[in-house]
Amino acid sequence: MGLTGLEIYKHLPKTNCKDCGSPTCLAFAMALASGKASLDACPHVTEEAKGALDSASAPPIKLVKVGTGDHVVELGEETEIFRHDKRFFHPTGVAVLISDSEDVAAKAEAFEALEFHRVGMHYVTDMVAVKCDSGDAGKFKAAVETVAGKTKKAMVLITEDPAIMEAGLGVVADRKPLIHAATAANFEKMVALAKANSCPLVVKGEGLDATAELVEKIVALDYKELVLDSGARETSKVLADLTQFRRLAVRKKFRPFGYPAIAFTAKEDPREEVVQAGTYLSKYADVLVLKASGKQQLLPLLSWRQNLYTDPQKPIAVEAKLYDIGAPTEESPVYVTTNFSLTYFIVEGEVESSRIPSRILSVDTGGISVLTAYADNKFSAETITAAIKKSGIEDKVKHRKLVLPGHVAVLKGALEEESGWEVVVGPREASGITKFSKENFA
Amino acid sequence: MAVEILKEKYRSTVGEVVLGATKDQGGTRSHTITVGGEGALPYLHFEGSIPNRPVVALEVWDMVPAEWDPLFEKYYGDVWSDPGTWAKKCVDEFGAEMIQIRLKGADPDLKGASVDDCIGAVKKVLEAVGVPLIVVGCGKPEVDNTLYAPIAEAAAGENLLMGVAELENYKAVTSACMANQHNIIAQSPIDINICKQLNILIAEMSTAMANRIIIDPTIAALGYGIEYSYSIMERARNGALQGDKMLAMPMIGNVGLESWRAKEANQPEAGEPSWGEQEERGILWEATTAMAYLQSGINIMVLRHPETLKVVKANIDDLMKDNSY
Ligand code: B12
Ligand code: SF4
Repeated sequence: MGLTGLEIYKHLPKTNCKDCGSPTCLAFAMALASGKASLDACPHVTEEAKGALDSASAPPIKLVKVGTGDHVVELGEETEIFRHDKRFFHPTGVAVLISDSEDVAAKAEAFEALEFHRVGMHYVTDMVAVKCDSGDAGKFKAAVETVAGKTKKAMVLITEDPAIMEAGLGVVADRKPLIHAATAANFEKMVALAKANSCPLVVKGEGLDATAELVEKIVALDYKELVLDSGARETSKVLADLTQFRRLAVRKKFRPFGYPAIAFTAKEDPREEVVQAGTYLSKYADVLVLKASGKQQLLPLLSWRQNLYTDPQKPIAVEAKLYDIGAPTEESPVYVTTNFSLTYFIVEGEVESSRIPSRILSVDTGGISVLTAYADNKFSAETITAAIKKSGIEDKVKHRKLVLPGHVAVLKGALEEESGWEVVVGPREASGITKFSKENFA
Repeated sequence: MAVEILKEKYRSTVGEVVLGATKDQGGTRSHTITVGGEGALPYLHFEGSIPNRPVVALEVWDMVPAEWDPLFEKYYGDVWSDPGTWAKKCVDEFGAEMIQIRLKGADPDLKGASVDDCIGAVKKVLEAVGVPLIVVGCGKPEVDNTLYAPIAEAAAGENLLMGVAELENYKAVTSACMANQHNIIAQSPIDINICKQLNILIAEMSTAMANRIIIDPTIAALGYGIEYSYSIMERARNGALQGDKMLAMPMIGNVGLESWRAKEANQPEAGEPSWGEQEERGILWEATTAMAYLQSGINIMVLRHPETLKVVKANIDDLMKDNSY
């Protein structure tokens, strides 16, 4: 439970020496209580007091790591309920499920091949889950071995039978897989396994009360690399439980729920499964395990994850300048767009796929999109003209022909007048650029 | 160990708006639809009442939508030359709960349909289906402003949802709705202050209209700025629950229209093999967009693909299940 400022104050030296940057020990205690300061800032606090204050200075949700090397997935350490209050930090680990009763090698290969490029970004499914459906330790072990041989990504091992888990861990313990799961029935053995191999462990209860209770029992065994699973598998119930985990941890510093949470899809229909997975991604799952593994199914989900975890305070911008696409000459076409990275990369991708060497002039709009910038006067005849002059493009091309985004066709007249360039109105959506460029510049 | 469930205590609820009118009520709809009324964040039934399901509509145009991806032809090709038959197929075959008729044909650059043509199109849809209707213009205010009054009058009694009203252009549509007791879509560009300001202006024109507003906070598709709209919607809904009356209206979004502008929905597989099969990807692009807005509190979604409608309905069924502790 979170401590109040006064409770914290009791443990401080009470000398008001100001070394921490706060005017008094009490002020420092208040700052600690509200999460605005860290205990390390006071050099005089005793070890004893440190222990006692641990819970107040610890983040509301523990950081738990799965995997090793370049494939570590960091879970937790979230501090918000709503992304607009600050931001979400550690994107949900998305794990594709492979059963030991299916064609493991084929599915693992397909999994490893999954990667997506869109708008200058590279998305991957960062985890793979291997589940024992066979009830056979040998079979599970073989499956884990096969998957581990095909991919280096972080793993989740799923079985509630400690003996079978031990067989799986025998193969991949050094890769720090997430163990699923300790339950009321098996937790002593599972904790022993997790401890012996220092692997993170999912605590699976039946409902919130039982989950909290089990967490406390495991913490009493001195193991804290934990991930929560309330056991619920129905959309509405999971949404409620994930919300309670997040809220109680962040708002109440309720310690038993101060760990990342895992969610499993239950739908058989792949479309319904994607939508169910998206729901859990939106609302607080730190790890998501799903069966769907088709490209067309994962692309929307991973895109949503990327969108949800962007920092709402700062739009991602690219440098506002003239970009060469291919090896342009003095005859090559010139496109103009904004420096919002999403916009820029969409346009860049399309210009690239036209296979006609070109230049793109990215205008400084403070990192906002074409119409947003237009509405805010940051993408105007004046700003585009200034960008033309500053970029040096007039020394690089012989022609004076600029392709304008179709959505701002209304700027044509004013821009021609202001810049002295001929303005060609391009298509509205960048996806039309390839066709447009073939028609106009090939 | 008994966990103390954390339930937020809210000061207020989202207002309810009834759409459509039956014979007894002066219209011709087979039933009405009520949206809004939430006393909790999306689908957190444990902390408050969520009395009405979110609603899924399909869009119908008054002209053949030549700009739509060719894949839509197999669903709508046999009906899209007639808005009435088109709407009927959407309701009877695809399960649309409402129809949004978009009077795209009124755009002088497209078909230049007359006011009478537009009234005709709306009437056809009213005759063909029993569900409540959403009527929006072609998107050019100078044209749309000439349509609102005559259409509102021609459909008097039907309790339509009409739009859109914007900050710089809300009077014509507000008076049309006011005079004929229709509901209004108030659209603001992902800006909470403009959203409130517009609602205040509409309420100033008519206090009765204040209870007939549906907010369109402007949405973007997955991958095209969705996170901005998602967060604005979350903020608006929080504001409503905390007692801000000028944010306490149900919300609507053109999920289909926005999603099917995305390259990810339209690009054939051959052009981008690593993105997988196109139609499935398009359906999921639209459904994932819808899913996100359901989580941020949307009440009415206008969709485009019939398969999206199916999967979104299934998600709504799941979300509407009680999760009280
Ligand atoms: C997200 C968003 C915002 C975000 C901005 C995010 C950002 N970093 O840009 C926020 C919330 C901050 C915002 C603010 C405002 N917004 Co805004 N916003 C949107 C929204 C929902 C999506 C925009 C987006 O990201 N699109 C995706 C990008 C990739 O699109 P794009 O840059 O246009 O690029 C596409 C094409 O133009 C084309 N393209 C791009 N470059 C080029 C180049 C060439 C040569 C070619 C051929 C094609 C091409 O390719 C891309 C893909 O097809 C739209 C509505 C919508 N659904 O589109 C409104 C919208 C753009 N906003 C609008 C407005 C009015 C505003 C505000 C002025 C409102 C206000 N507060 O007063 C402010 C601006 C103030 C400011 N300083 O920020 C209006 C603009 C109306 C108009 N026609 O003038 C819109 C259309 C909403 C509406 N219907 O009212 N907005
Ligand atoms: S550094 Fe420690 S002892 Fe000194 S004022 Fe700050 S809290 Fe008090």
